[in-house]
Amino acid sequence: MSSYLKNLEKLINSELSSKVKSSIIKNNELLIETDEAELLDVVQFLKSNENCKFRQLIDIVGVDYPENEKRFEIIYLFLSHEYNLRIKVLIKFQINQTIVSLTKIFPSANWMEREVFDMYGVKFKNHPDLRRILTDYGFKGHPLRKDFPLTGFNEVRYSEKEKKVIYEPVKLEQNYRNFDFESPWEGTSYIKEIKNNNINKDDKKN
Amino acid sequence: MTKKTKSLSLNFGPQHPAAHGVLRLILELDGEVVEKADPHIGLLHRGTEKLIEQKTYTQALPYFDRLDYVAPMNQEHAFALAAEKLLNVEVPIRAKYIRVIFCEIGRILSHILNVTTQALDVGALTPSLWGFEERETLMTFYERASGSRLHANYFRTGGVHKDIPLKLVEDIEKFCKSFPKIIDDLEGLLTDNRIFKQRNVEIGIVSKKEALDHSFSGVMLRGSGVPWDLRKSQPYEIYKDLDFKIPVGKNGDCYDRYLCRMEEMRESVKIILQCIEKLPKGPVKSIDNKISPPNRDDIKQSMEALIHHFKLFTEGYRVPKGDVYTAVEAPKGEFGVYLISDGSNRPYRCKIRAPGFSHLQAMDYLIRGHMLADVPAVLGSLDIVFGEVDR
Repeated sequence: MSSYLKNLEKLINSELSSKVKSSIIKNNELLIETDEAELLDVVQFLKSNENCKFRQLIDIVGVDYPENEKRFEIIYLFLSHEYNLRIKVLIKFQINQTIVSLTKIFPSANWMEREVFDMYGVKFKNHPDLRRILTDYGFKGHPLRKDFPLTGFNEVRYSEKEKKVIYEPVKLEQNYRNFDFESPWEGTSYIKEIKNNNINKDDKKN
Repeated sequence: MTKKTKSLSLNFGPQHPAAHGVLRLILELDGEVVEKADPHIGLLHRGTEKLIEQKTYTQALPYFDRLDYVAPMNQEHAFALAAEKLLNVEVPIRAKYIRVIFCEIGRILSHILNVTTQALDVGALTPSLWGFEERETLMTFYERASGSRLHANYFRTGGVHKDIPLKLVEDIEKFCKSFPKIIDDLEGLLTDNRIFKQRNVEIGIVSKKEALDHSFSGVMLRGSGVPWDLRKSQPYEIYKDLDFKIPVGKNGDCYDRYLCRMEEMRESVKIILQCIEKLPKGPVKSIDNKISPPNRDDIKQSMEALIHHFKLFTEGYRVPKGDVYTAVEAPKGEFGVYLISDGSNRPYRCKIRAPGFSHLQAMDYLIRGHMLADVPAVLGSLDIVFGEVDR
């Protein structure tokens, strides 16, 4: 598996040298980073090239890093049935940038991009139908952004007086409690390392 | 003389028995022919991904039971595998076998529900009555292993929560011996049934290319003749040591998908029997005390175990920085978890890839040109569960 991935990485780096910013294999998964401007070309290449054939778009993942200058990341996950390989394509961009839509190449990108739009407020160019998808009709805000509170802003209830469902600002009996249990100490890594050494020793004995 | 016709728009759901949950489908009809379908989803959206970001890894796991609630443990499996991949922990061999047994039980649970309710949608009542009896038996197996029928919270990072009793293994084996007879009975009711065939054959046909383009997976893909199953092609746990076949359809219509599901149940039974036969002895969770909690007995004896227990259920464990995508072959297709860790005790981002999401997306493509009465048949064969579509 990993040798295939290395070959694929080499191929992509040689064929798309100017378009790929960086590539890395970690946890047996290949991640390539590219620019938003090059995205369509890269995806088209991955889909149509004889040695790639990434013909299935598995998912589109948005990630929010509020402290970064380029705040958002989108990761596209592709799968190639022919070669039994997966690849991740990463783009980073600022908050107001519009991203090119993949719906022309992969029809299934439609809802996935709608979800990213709904959750992060990222806009897509040339998307046929960019509406909210998972949140309520008339919802405001983008819930998966890190600055969106877990409890949200509005709550819904049935009003006996008005005989209908009404929206009200969230009123909590008690504030949301966010416990910080994390210990300030290093954590567990040293114990694991010792154990790994032991395992290696055992292997040698055998 | 030409007659002007106006297309009619119809609101199907969100509370409709054939919508399999809370689907609101806006249909545009020309007479009885569907011209356009626009599914509105999200009526069961609970913000699982946002909630998981606020929880430790142990606390995040039960949310996966609530996604596809007809096969809970398959979902947990994907998350447990993702965390294990980042932590690089070894799962004991017995735990792997137990996991596979319960994943296959989950598959049977889900397929029984789907096949029988699909039959119900097209007019056959009996299969669901027969099928649900078997589901009840299977859910008692869930209960005996994990303590709860649906929200199991059984697969933990590094293994499973508790070992299963010997009697349970025997009972599962007994079930597996008797269940193929039930599948025969169900097939007797449906496979050659004229009405069932009239409603399903050549309805909702998906070609190979379209199946790939629409990100189909699982039975939806195999029904169209693509031999792709993650249990074979990217085997996890012990699937590569087991002997089972992958049923593949030919025409890609609702009927082929039904046949695939029936056949898959038989294969699942085979897998469970093989696992029971080979089931090794040993621990069922990782021996790394920094990840898996100590035994009750140990807590009463050992100070260290007590501390471990306390730390695990307050702070949890820290997961090394990195991002990882793991997918399992859930009953409905490829269920994936994309996990990003920032090195703390909570996931930074956990994207859930639900197979039903892509399948439902293709509803417009599948139903265009069909009759209104085909909507429930196609919807049934998509195998939609709103817990996972809406997340």
